[in-house]
Amino acid sequence: MSAARQAALPSSPTSAPAPGPAFVDFVDVEKSYDGRTFAVTRLNLGVARGEFLTLLGPSGSGKTTTLNMLAGFERPTSGTITLEGRPVDRLPPYQRNIGMVFQNYALFPHMSVAENVAFPLSVRQVSKADIAGRVGRALDMVRLKQFGDRKPAQLSGGQQQRVALARALVFEPSLVLMDEPLGALDKKLREHMQLEIKQIHTMLGVTIVYVTHDQSEALTMSDRVAVFNNGAIAQLGAPDDLYNAPQSSFVASFIGENNTLEGVVDRVSGKECRVKLTGGGELTALAIGVAQGSACHVAIRPERLSLAPAGANALPATVDGRIYLGDHLRLLARLGNDQVLTVKVGPEATMANGEAVTVSCAAQDCRAFPADAAAAKAGPP
Amino acid sequence: MSALQPSELDRPALARGRPAAGADPKTASAALRRAEFGDRLRSLALAAPLLLLLALSFGIPIVLLLSRAVYDPTIADALPRTSQALGNWNGQGLPDDAAYIALAADLSNSQAKGTAYELAKALNARLPGARSQVLKTVRQLEGAAGKPPLDIMKAVPFWSAPGTWPTIANGTHALTSFYLLSALDLRWNADGGIERVPPEQAIFLQVFLRTFFVAAAVTLATLLLGFPLAYLIASVPKGLAAILIVAVLLPFWTSILVRTAAWTVLLQKFGLVNGLLLWLGFASERLDLMYSRIGLIIAMTHIQLPFTLLPIYSVMRTIAPSQMKAAYSLGAKPFTAFRRVYLPQVFPGVMAGCLLTFILCLGYYITPALIGGASDQLISNFIANYVNVELNWEMAAALSFILLVFTLALFGIFARILGLDRLKMV
Repeated sequence: MSAARQAALPSSPTSAPAPGPAFVDFVDVEKSYDGRTFAVTRLNLGVARGEFLTLLGPSGSGKTTTLNMLAGFERPTSGTITLEGRPVDRLPPYQRNIGMVFQNYALFPHMSVAENVAFPLSVRQVSKADIAGRVGRALDMVRLKQFGDRKPAQLSGGQQQRVALARALVFEPSLVLMDEPLGALDKKLREHMQLEIKQIHTMLGVTIVYVTHDQSEALTMSDRVAVFNNGAIAQLGAPDDLYNAPQSSFVASFIGENNTLEGVVDRVSGKECRVKLTGGGELTALAIGVAQGSACHVAIRPERLSLAPAGANALPATVDGRIYLGDHLRLLARLGNDQVLTVKVGPEATMANGEAVTVSCAAQDCRAFPADAAAAKAGPP
Repeated sequence: MSALQPSELDRPALARGRPAAGADPKTASAALRRAEFGDRLRSLALAAPLLLLLALSFGIPIVLLLSRAVYDPTIADALPRTSQALGNWNGQGLPDDAAYIALAADLSNSQAKGTAYELAKALNARLPGARSQVLKTVRQLEGAAGKPPLDIMKAVPFWSAPGTWPTIANGTHALTSFYLLSALDLRWNADGGIERVPPEQAIFLQVFLRTFFVAAAVTLATLLLGFPLAYLIASVPKGLAAILIVAVLLPFWTSILVRTAAWTVLLQKFGLVNGLLLWLGFASERLDLMYSRIGLIIAMTHIQLPFTLLPIYSVMRTIAPSQMKAAYSLGAKPFTAFRRVYLPQVFPGVMAGCLLTFILCLGYYITPALIGGASDQLISNFIANYVNVELNWEMAAALSFILLVFTLALFGIFARILGLDRLKMV
């Protein structure tokens, strides 16, 4: 792990802001397009130098608006954005010196690949000889040196995206923004490009703010992920932190796969609580902001469930279906209350449909969140 | 760096194609041709009605009309004996008496067939004043009452004037360059060379230049008005864009005659435009907008605006907003981004729109006829005049031919500069 990444990681696994003076800082930023509803509300977000930060969320959650405000294409309705300590609110995009990669690549179709990459240098009045060298190195970095004379339309999607990457990096910006850059590529190529972008990030030590709605992409690439929901950050943290310790039922269901059980909190004792499930059955779960007597959602990862009749929570169930996935097997286990749990077991499991089993899990693997939607939207504490 | 190796997946689709195992490329391509032959035949059959209509209603008439510019058998047909008699004339001085007798016989014959007037007109086109002389001679020959034709001919001084016989000799060749040269204000001189016609007879070059000037002025005006408007329409939300497009097209859906008539109302000395200018204080006295070059350009600009605007708009609409965003984010100031990213991509549309308007302006007829003054008549007005009034179809064909050649040459230059495939019509 590079020094830059070390510095970028928060000191605690919870969603604390990045240590030290932030490289990019959003302070109480709000954005409204129509004066009534807010695309982004009360956004406070710091990005450390050299960090790979991903803004993750469903469409309409405010992540692209946030990126556009940083790039300078949108102006915040209120609040301030600073870049290296300087407020940039009044700075037009062409003076911000931020590289940007667009979802549709936005390569200039009338220019060759080399001319595209040379564009940011030529508008900065860099000398011709200097441009040639730097364009060559940038194309070399993305392994497209021999394609300089081609037009963008003659390249494949992945090659075009690499040109866009070279173009956004060639003028050595300290910050690069990427707006769903891999959205148009197929799955295998997307995974390959994720690694490439990650490599370039490590190699150049550049700060990257990356927007995606693909949670696996966010987990793969990021130092930290800010999960957006309804215009606010639902949770900010390292990928493992988000996966293992979601702070709301929204984050729990958006990141990775989760079983959700409905119930009512019977009693809260310390960090744990006892939940009476709707339709029968009880279990002990970690209490994440739930109050006694309130409705709650209990989230359990399929891989944390087991069929061994041990553990704090043991629920009787019958096998309702088997999904064979090669390296593992998914069993659909129907509980007594008719809720169905997905259980991830080894491929050698022999349970047949209709067979009675006991599904169990540890209390710390069950997370009880308030059931009301408003609580799910709330930001981190 | 292993992750940076280009992926096997990440190649243009073509590069991944492999020849079918064991297939001989030759037989494969033959099979492909066979397979595609049916498709081609079907496409051709679908296009056939249009091609047929074009050939019958467009191609053949144009060829027939234009051929009259170089093929005029009127004189040769009317004077068969004369052409034979002139066969061994050297073109110097006057021909021998046999030619006079042959001409007299031809004239009598044409009077009997009722083609004398046509002959007189055809000669008159080449030799002004010939009409009355021919008709007079024909009448004298008819009422000759035994007087020898030769004497009658010799008695009319016209038939012994220096220019007469060379003109007749030239006219007996059915293929002629006379009309094409005339259309360019040129003629054959007595020594067999090409010379300019005297300034007082030269009209067409000036008219061609005027036509090109008006077309260029109108094209420029529509571009200046249309480009910003197209940009606006391409950038506003869809609903507003639809309203603006309708506003642009609304005049387009009205007859050109109606629009031209409306302009005659507006541009009159006591019309709305003059009244408004006076009221706003932009003019101190009523301007002569009607029957003037400026009025003509105003009216034509109005009529041509959609033709320039629509191709530009259709290209602008295809340019993603992210193009300009990308340019800004890469450090280009708005004007630089416009000049280096936006304009080159819009350029084919601009060219197509301007070319369309320019070429259409070259053929304007109604508007100059109604709004232009006597000195604002364009080449089409002259062509129409030759067809409708003078009944000199040969001259009309020659002017049309020259106009067509200019137009095609222009189109060729544009296509060469830009590449025909990049010329984006609507």
